[in-house]
Amino acid sequence: MSAREEILARITGALADSPVARPVPRGYLRASDTSTARLIELLTDRLADYKAHVDVVASAGVPGILAGLLAGAESYVVPSGLPDDWFAHPALEADGAPRRLRDDVSCPLSVAELDRASAVITASAVSVAESGTIMLDGSPAQGRRVISLVPDHHVCLVPASSIVHILPEAVARLDGTRAMTWISGPSATSDIELERVEGVHGPRRLDVIIITDK
Amino acid sequence: MSKVFIGMPPLPAFGSGNLNLTEPFPRAAARELGNQQLRSNLRHATHTIRDKRLKVVAELPDWEELRDAGSAIKESVMADLPALLERFEANFTARGGKVHWARDAAEANAIITELVRATGAQEVVKVKSMATQEIGLNEHLETEGIAAFETDLAELIVQLGHDKPSHILVPAIHKNRTQVRDIFLAEMPGVDPDLTNDPAMLAGAARSYLRSKFLTARVAISGANFGIADSGTLAVVESEGNGRMCLTLPETLITVMGIEKLLPTFADLEVFMALLPRSSTGERMNPYTSLWTGVTAGDGPQDVHLVLLDNGRSAALADEMGRSALHCIRCSACMNVCPVYERTGGHAYGSTYPGPIGAILSPLMTGIEAEENNSLPYASSLCGACFDACPVKINIPEILVHLRGKDVDSRRGRMKPPSQMDLLMKGAQWAFSSGTHLGLLEKGLPLGRLAAGRSKKIKHLPGLAARWTDSRDIPAPPPASFRDWWAKEHVPEAPITQQGGEA
Repeated sequence: MSAREEILARITGALADSPVARPVPRGYLRASDTSTARLIELLTDRLADYKAHVDVVASAGVPGILAGLLAGAESYVVPSGLPDDWFAHPALEADGAPRRLRDDVSCPLSVAELDRASAVITASAVSVAESGTIMLDGSPAQGRRVISLVPDHHVCLVPASSIVHILPEAVARLDGTRAMTWISGPSATSDIELERVEGVHGPRRLDVIIITDK
Repeated sequence: MSKVFIGMPPLPAFGSGNLNLTEPFPRAAARELGNQQLRSNLRHATHTIRDKRLKVVAELPDWEELRDAGSAIKESVMADLPALLERFEANFTARGGKVHWARDAAEANAIITELVRATGAQEVVKVKSMATQEIGLNEHLETEGIAAFETDLAELIVQLGHDKPSHILVPAIHKNRTQVRDIFLAEMPGVDPDLTNDPAMLAGAARSYLRSKFLTARVAISGANFGIADSGTLAVVESEGNGRMCLTLPETLITVMGIEKLLPTFADLEVFMALLPRSSTGERMNPYTSLWTGVTAGDGPQDVHLVLLDNGRSAALADEMGRSALHCIRCSACMNVCPVYERTGGHAYGSTYPGPIGAILSPLMTGIEAEENNSLPYASSLCGACFDACPVKINIPEILVHLRGKDVDSRRGRMKPPSQMDLLMKGAQWAFSSGTHLGLLEKGLPLGRLAAGRSKKIKHLPGLAARWTDSRDIPAPPPASFRDWWAKEHVPEAPITQQGGEA
């Protein structure tokens, strides 16, 4: 008998009393009608609590904010699906501006190249205001999971329309079969005397730009 | 109807590996109680986490409804487990993953070794995982000539310190920062000799030590917090990013998951991702959660395996009363509120699973008669705090009592009827039947004080009473009995009589 058959037979035998589970009570909150303004406020508060930096701007202001956040960077990674419009700023286009490195599934940057990059800019799929969680699902504007991991500085674009209040609303918007990363603040550990230290293996710096008119 | 089913494996099939105690809990606990560092670290840690937990739990108006849903979802998983496992396997396989089944620790270790061998790699990076801890994977790989590097900071401290985890969430909580620095200085290749004991510096040292390992590793091994049957998705919940490194950088990913970790649908995550981080670290959400479904073209490992582990879980499932222990999502909330755990620490439980959940899970998985595990159900004051804290409402006290009953039943066959008990009862009957008899016995009190000695504690009583003193000290008896004291203090001066006429 194969291990598979044997384990399945063991489990079937263990359930010889034919337990019947009660219906799952879904009395918890599954939807909310919180205003966008309040969602932005809540998400900002939660992210700040995780020691992430948050800017709230209209889309016209994004290139300026990005230029400021990338000041001093040598290079930064962008997924191929991220529109170039975000980088239409003199400080990001002039000679001597930080180098923009495109990453694509068909033409991926090597791990060494990612390791050398100063920062990464990605979009995001959905964000949960209540828990301060930003969800990336690998769409072209968000890129491969690894690009938001190896560079030490992650700048994440969050359209206000993609913010929901509570987790069930976010889960309903996601396709479970995509490779996903849920991010709540920068990398952190509390393993030594429970003292929180931001930044171990993932990006030590997380900047979030909430785009109010998107 | 015949009682023998041809082809049906014998039930129950108990687990092996790091589940058994090697000494009874009372003895291990007595030793650990003497460790001041451990006790003060644990007190600080458990109280800090439980306060944080209460704060973030209070933020959710629907916490009790979430617990109800979590408990019912897990109940439905257990009732429907064979079908859910097959559904998970079909979906995970359809998306390019490979599923392996392991009856016990040895089989799981052999499968993993074979998979690593096939890649030609000599070393692997590891995400913190209770399942691999349970099967003793690191030790096994070492005997096979494969080096396994723990990448979670606390697991790294434990591994470099040649130590054992003492808590399932913060495994190195029994070490203070100076001890961590000393371990790093002694054991971490290439460490800066000027390393201070600042936690940020120590985390930085771990970062640089592991960085090259992450960037060059070809094989990673992880556990999984959840496996979603309807989509074939696996989830790993973590904080540091070491998990993401292991799950996305190598070519080959091998995940080990207990068969009980399934959730039926993707939507069920909305319940468990609300319950787990808040219950475990007292955070609204953990920094990183990774989800993957088989292989994703161009993103992450392209050779993806899952080892489904029984190792005594089917035996636990066969216990109608105890099976809800398998609902456990390894949050550690129960140990953080447990007065026994707070004083003895995790090492005393001698198993991968310490604390209240360990006291039921380990004996359920190994059988109550295994090694010394029959002492575990007694490692509790039955105060019920663990039940209140459990996000999926496992009634731990009830299962503890149930297992104590099973332990007594299992001994009954082996023990001669204790005539000592009959004698004791006869003696008590005589003593309490008359004041004179009791007074006579009380004359023996000074003898008890003598037995207690200088420490004023009686540590060992003979015979049947030894089972009481095995895990408790008895204070020395008082110099005089209450009856003697009363007689001395209340010498009647004159008989009290009713007197009238005093207005």
